[in-house]
Amino acid sequence: MTSKVKEPLFHIVKRDNISKKQEWIIRGAAIIAALIVCALITTILTGDNPIKVYGTIISGAFGSARKTWVTLQNLAILLIISLALTPAFKMRFWNIGGEGQVLMGGLAAASCMILLGDRLPKGLSVPNWFVVVLMIVTSLLAGAIWGFIPAILKAKWNTNETLSTLMMNYIATQLVAYFTIVWEVPKGSGKIGIINQNTNIGWLPQIGNKYLLSIIVAAVITVGMLIYLNYSKHGYEIAVVGESEKTARYVGMKVKKVIVRTMLLSGALCGLAGLLLVGSINHTVTTTIAGGQGFTAVMVSWLAKFNPITMVFTSLLIVFLGRGASEISTAFGLNQSFSDILTGIILFFIIGCEFFINYKINFRKKSKEEVKENV
Amino acid sequence: MEKKTAAVSLRNITKTFGSVIANEKVDLDIYKGEILALLGENGSGKTTLMNMLSGIYFPDEGQIFINGQEAVIASPKDAYDYGIGMVHQHFKLVDVLSAAENIILGLPGKLNLKEASAKIREICDRYGFEVDPDQKIYNMSVSQKQTVEIVKVLYRGADILILDEPTAVLTPQETEKLFNVLRKMREDGKAIVIITHKMHEVESLSDRVAVLRRGAYVGDMLTKDTNAQEMTNMMVGRSVTLNIERPEPVDPKQRIAVRGLSIRTLDGILKLDDVSFDAYSGEILGIAGISGCGQKELLEAIAGLQSAEAGSISYVYDDGRKEELLGKDPLKIQELGVTLSFVPEDRLGMGLVGNMDLTDNMMLRSFRRGSSVFTDRKAPEKLAEEVVEDLEVVTPGISTPVRRLSGGNVQKVLVGREIASAPKVLLTAYAVRGLDINSSYTIYDLINRQKKQGVAVIFVGEDLDVLLQISDRILVLCGGKVSGIVDGRTADKNEVGLMMTQVGGRKDDK
Repeated sequence: MTSKVKEPLFHIVKRDNISKKQEWIIRGAAIIAALIVCALITTILTGDNPIKVYGTIISGAFGSARKTWVTLQNLAILLIISLALTPAFKMRFWNIGGEGQVLMGGLAAASCMILLGDRLPKGLSVPNWFVVVLMIVTSLLAGAIWGFIPAILKAKWNTNETLSTLMMNYIATQLVAYFTIVWEVPKGSGKIGIINQNTNIGWLPQIGNKYLLSIIVAAVITVGMLIYLNYSKHGYEIAVVGESEKTARYVGMKVKKVIVRTMLLSGALCGLAGLLLVGSINHTVTTTIAGGQGFTAVMVSWLAKFNPITMVFTSLLIVFLGRGASEISTAFGLNQSFSDILTGIILFFIIGCEFFINYKINFRKKSKEEVKENV
Repeated sequence: MEKKTAAVSLRNITKTFGSVIANEKVDLDIYKGEILALLGENGSGKTTLMNMLSGIYFPDEGQIFINGQEAVIASPKDAYDYGIGMVHQHFKLVDVLSAAENIILGLPGKLNLKEASAKIREICDRYGFEVDPDQKIYNMSVSQKQTVEIVKVLYRGADILILDEPTAVLTPQETEKLFNVLRKMREDGKAIVIITHKMHEVESLSDRVAVLRRGAYVGDMLTKDTNAQEMTNMMVGRSVTLNIERPEPVDPKQRIAVRGLSIRTLDGILKLDDVSFDAYSGEILGIAGISGCGQKELLEAIAGLQSAEAGSISYVYDDGRKEELLGKDPLKIQELGVTLSFVPEDRLGMGLVGNMDLTDNMMLRSFRRGSSVFTDRKAPEKLAEEVVEDLEVVTPGISTPVRRLSGGNVQKVLVGREIASAPKVLLTAYAVRGLDINSSYTIYDLINRQKKQGVAVIFVGEDLDVLLQISDRILVLCGGKVSGIVDGRTADKNEVGLMMTQVGGRKDDK
């Protein structure tokens, strides 16, 4: 009697070691696969030539000097927020409150500009440098406070930081909404409009051109964060607390102190991003000024595996896709949702390929001989 | 010898994890009516091999035959269908459910607890188990939980039973009880595989031993034809000596004085109840007790990681000054100049960081040194290299994450770091748990070297034979109380075993 035995079609095996080269081959393959799927979907749904669409995406992001600068500036802001969240994530503190921390930083900066700017009674004036210094201090502080509250709750009572950071976002949004009405110009418009349009009080100085300041700040923070996380005692403590609180306590680290300190830093850097958005880029504050980047940054940080240098590339990828996507929606008369579909597909492939980096799939061997069994 | 039928035949089994070969072309036969002891060092692939039988892993290559038929075991359910049941080292029971509920959990068919209880009682009567089907798991001792696991496997009709280090958590008396049950099962024609590191258990229980070395099958032999020395040599692949030395303590001085220590956990359970003892320099104080009766809390309290309800722990300096340790955290204790090293039970979860490399793990103790805001990696790097060389740690390099190392090497890294600071007090919890015989002896040797240098060693152990061989004195804990302190050179194993279960040992009940 021959017993035919079914072996499962495939089984999944964890990879132990994978070379850097193989990793990048898998990632490259994922991006190519994503582009092919996007091309198919574009052709099927719109009938447009996918190659043309891709060309438009590239020209949308880098088509002219101005477009390139804007792309780089957007990259800078997203990068700062991602870097800000990174120490928290490395500590396994799920700070998804970047959005709120950015908003609070922006609100603090805007309030300094408004209260010490054109609104001051005639005759009274505050020197511009003082306003700028005050803006820097208050926006860092506002962001830090927004990070501190969930941190102290976690450290003292072990509350779930995912919920508290998320909820703090809504409070921040509503605070901005409230002050937008208080300070709206003109009354009844529901907007603050450009602050100090004529006097430019509190506008952060331009370096070279109006885009460069944020880019320089982002570059400095990238290098600083790289050093802080990898070479400082604080960075080491963050890594140990993130890996195992028990070990941290065992060697005498003050876990609560590390949590609070790291979240102060994380919040303050988000506040800095808010300062740049208000003081250097938009010169106004709205509830949507952070534009969901507090959440996008979570993805950027994770995709880069918390490495600040890699983060430059992951945030570039996301900003590039976003800018290109809005370009195709205008160039081809497609609506914004279509570009979101493409971005979604590409991210799905990029994140999905991590599975193939960590696991390999063994298929059933086709020619497995049947085993003869004589009973 | 009469011809036996193979219940399970493994042929040419290979299993790799990434580049690590866990099993390589293993051939193994398991016979009915026989107890097979599966031996091998840590990382030699015993558990992996058995996990392939029980459906947790799937072999990359090779075939499994059950009663002569080729079988494909792709899930634990398949394993049960083939009559294979495994009792894992870590129990897989739901605490809030009763024994009977746990046993029938996941089985198809209608829920009929009464019928199940009857069947459970029948199994218990047949093999001599003592299980109350209605008792909740959280009310059970470790040995009772293990019994439930075994009954669970039998309930599902297993004829092939695999036990992974079943005695690690049992007292000698409980172990003997378990062995009697296993012998009865053997008479009943069941095939039994037991994984263990304890040689005397292999000798007293098994009929045959099979040895794995570095994932490959080395050979098998009848237990009655071999001895511990030969088996160990086969496992290690060269000749090793099996003696734990016990030098006389030199100039013992009081080092740690514990008085009236009581500890209550956050859940309100009294873990230690009025414990008093002294530990002396140049001496190994063994601590015996069934697991979970306060050893962990005791060591953590001395190390500054556990607060106490009452009592005191003082450290005695060479000049006789005393320093209270209770209420101080590890950092403060370190700042006082009390060099206290602690090898905790949970090596990768507490003593080391699994994802960090050797250098970063060495740095755990020393990273605060210096006033710079940056870490100094030079000294820990040097220490890591020294530890790797002195303790013969097998690792691809000092920048390998420690979780990649095998159990014995992980422990060497941890012990190496802890003794590097030239401690006055060394606390070790289950220092050789899960370690193979070769690594275990390395660790005993390291601990003895510390003792000779005048360190006060507190050694929490689970293997009574080892405790009796290595300790100068043994403190026996029972349910958080001091059951007695006995001399390691004269103590009797059964006596200590009794003291572990009843305060004071001899009590005449029954």
